[in-house]
Amino acid sequence: MKHTISVLLQNRPGVLSRVTGLFSGRGFNIESLCVAETLESDVSCLTLVTTGDNFIIEQITKQLHKLIDVIKVTDISDKEYVEREMVLLRVKADANTRAEVLRVVDIFRGKVVDVSPKSYAVEITGSASKIQAVIDILRPLGIKEIVRTGTIAMARANKG
Amino acid sequence: MKKITGSQAIVKCLQEEGIKTLFGFPGGAVLDLYDQLYDADIQHVLVRHEQGAVHAADAYARVTGEVGVALLTSGPGATNGVTGIATAYMDSIPIVILTGQVPTPLIGNDAFQEVDIVGITRPCTKHNYLVKTSADLVPTIREAFHIARSGRPGPVLIDLPKDVVAGMISYPEKKPIRMPNYQPTYEPHIGQIAKACKAILASSRPVLYVGGGVILADAHTELIELATRLNIPVTMTLMGLGAFPGSHGLSMGMLGMHGTYAANMAVADCDLLIAVGARFDDRVTGRLDAFARNAEIIHIDIDPTSISKNVKVNIPIVADCKYALTAINNWLNSETIPKPGDASARHQDWLATINQWKTDHPLSYKDEGDIIKPQYVVEKLDELTQGEAIITTEVGQNQMWAAQFYKFNKPRRFVTSGGLGTMGFGLPAAIGAKIAFPDRHVIDIAGDGSIQMNIQELATARQYKCPVKIAILNNGYLGMVRQWQELFYDKRYSSTIMDTAPDFVELARAFGAVGLRAVRKSEVVPVIKEALATDNVVIMDFKVAKEEGVYPMVPAGKATTEMLLV
Repeated sequence: MKHTISVLLQNRPGVLSRVTGLFSGRGFNIESLCVAETLESDVSCLTLVTTGDNFIIEQITKQLHKLIDVIKVTDISDKEYVEREMVLLRVKADANTRAEVLRVVDIFRGKVVDVSPKSYAVEITGSASKIQAVIDILRPLGIKEIVRTGTIAMARANKG
Repeated sequence: MKKITGSQAIVKCLQEEGIKTLFGFPGGAVLDLYDQLYDADIQHVLVRHEQGAVHAADAYARVTGEVGVALLTSGPGATNGVTGIATAYMDSIPIVILTGQVPTPLIGNDAFQEVDIVGITRPCTKHNYLVKTSADLVPTIREAFHIARSGRPGPVLIDLPKDVVAGMISYPEKKPIRMPNYQPTYEPHIGQIAKACKAILASSRPVLYVGGGVILADAHTELIELATRLNIPVTMTLMGLGAFPGSHGLSMGMLGMHGTYAANMAVADCDLLIAVGARFDDRVTGRLDAFARNAEIIHIDIDPTSISKNVKVNIPIVADCKYALTAINNWLNSETIPKPGDASARHQDWLATINQWKTDHPLSYKDEGDIIKPQYVVEKLDELTQGEAIITTEVGQNQMWAAQFYKFNKPRRFVTSGGLGTMGFGLPAAIGAKIAFPDRHVIDIAGDGSIQMNIQELATARQYKCPVKIAILNNGYLGMVRQWQELFYDKRYSSTIMDTAPDFVELARAFGAVGLRAVRKSEVVPVIKEALATDNVVIMDFKVAKEEGVYPMVPAGKATTEMLLV
């Protein structure tokens, strides 16, 4: 099953390779990984998406927690959460397809961020499944280039 | 405040941490430090290969319970130490490794003797550091020692660029270590303790399965109290040997691949398995789905990642073994039953079954006239040292025979590479142990293959007047691999025949040590006696039965009840 895990880390050299080394060394999966500073410049937040049964996810969270530079590990998918991913796509946009591309971008509430005579660069954010849907629809029109960020996620606040 | 050099600060900081001995090998990147050590009040043991320095520091830590320290130069000095570091990591041994590094402006430039040792050792250290400024030196060293010795212990490496060590600093005052993110759990959860105690009292066929964690936590007294008050039979892992007295009636000896028949049968048949400071290693469990199939499992371990890693646990207790066992004993004290005196009445049927297993299939070997059986040598070493020696081992058959036939009655007497299985460990380890305890007999039980992996350390032993004894069980083979080839590869002895070996007696002489040889059984005792009476390094070359195997043996992937017996 897919899990989204959020890790707060000391922002020190080599800390990312401690995390990725742990995953490769123990044969755990990383589907996507995103990392950047938090409000405090000496703390980073890393969001990673991984798959595994409960047994494996328990090991992953425990092993992450065991790293000296790790401050906090949360399996966000344990509870209600929001996740977002962003994709930049360069799509073929000639006289025949331009209107169709714009329509799709509009439906998915995306933005055109770069225009050339033969292509549009578009930006779309959303859940991983929405991103996948956009890609599937634009693919027949001709995707020339694609860059995805990987998922970031945040637990929903308690209601009330 | 008066400024001092980085190297002065490092030495001062090491002394502050109580370090009296370093094991190391000099080089360009650590010249400043070595200059400081020239007249410092700290002993430096010059090894002949950096792997030996780390193994010696590791053994020093294993026998004393303190942190061992190794000092290596950059590049090849550091990489030569990696096997030693991985060895300590697998067995959770607290050591600090100081490595030299090229000056910071050269890092990343492929400078002479530069290597990214922090990157290389990341997966085999508990933590590691590259010190970037002189001001960070002392706080980093303090933190490193704290990490090495606390929680589940382990090796910590500090990489020291030459310019950082040469810099001037004012020595920072010692403050309590503050690491909010690193807080190992020592105290057990009291609710879990109560649950465990109730399970223990309700059990009719309990087994204590004890690992190296009990030794690391110095929890042997508490373990003996628990086992004897409730008559619970005890089995130990390779790393746990000595945690419970091997000659005690409740001891079943080692379990697992080369464990005793009684221990493996008892674990398979028990209704409650109490794992203390052990990690359900594959050499212990054999086929997982058949391991302790009928048992409820209590698992005490300070490292949460060890719990439910290989085997599903019913009552997990994350805690230091000493704290947890104390809490269990206290809980039992507060109950009306059973008082310590009732112990003799408990589990009589269960113990009778176990004793029957012990009688039916004791550890044994076939005596063959005047041929020396390796097991006989270990028995005689045990007898002639009254089980009081510190035994180090290499890896392979020699290690298993040492584990089976030397009766370890006290903790910190058996020094062996358990997790990594490092050949070449025994001799440098013996030196480290002997430096820690000059008045004890220290014997490396070795094979003719393993001993050649770090034989150069004979010179170190001689230089520092460490009269360690080396008992080579010489069968002219890489015996354990040969045994597998015999059993599972149709006796195709691919690259395991070691018939070209040095004359170990002559070799000893070349190093200024003493060489003795026994080729007949009747010569074994006189050779051991002479070795123990000699105030010099001694190699005992025992020409043993060539194709002797280690039994019982659980073939890889089989259930531990499917033992091949003698």
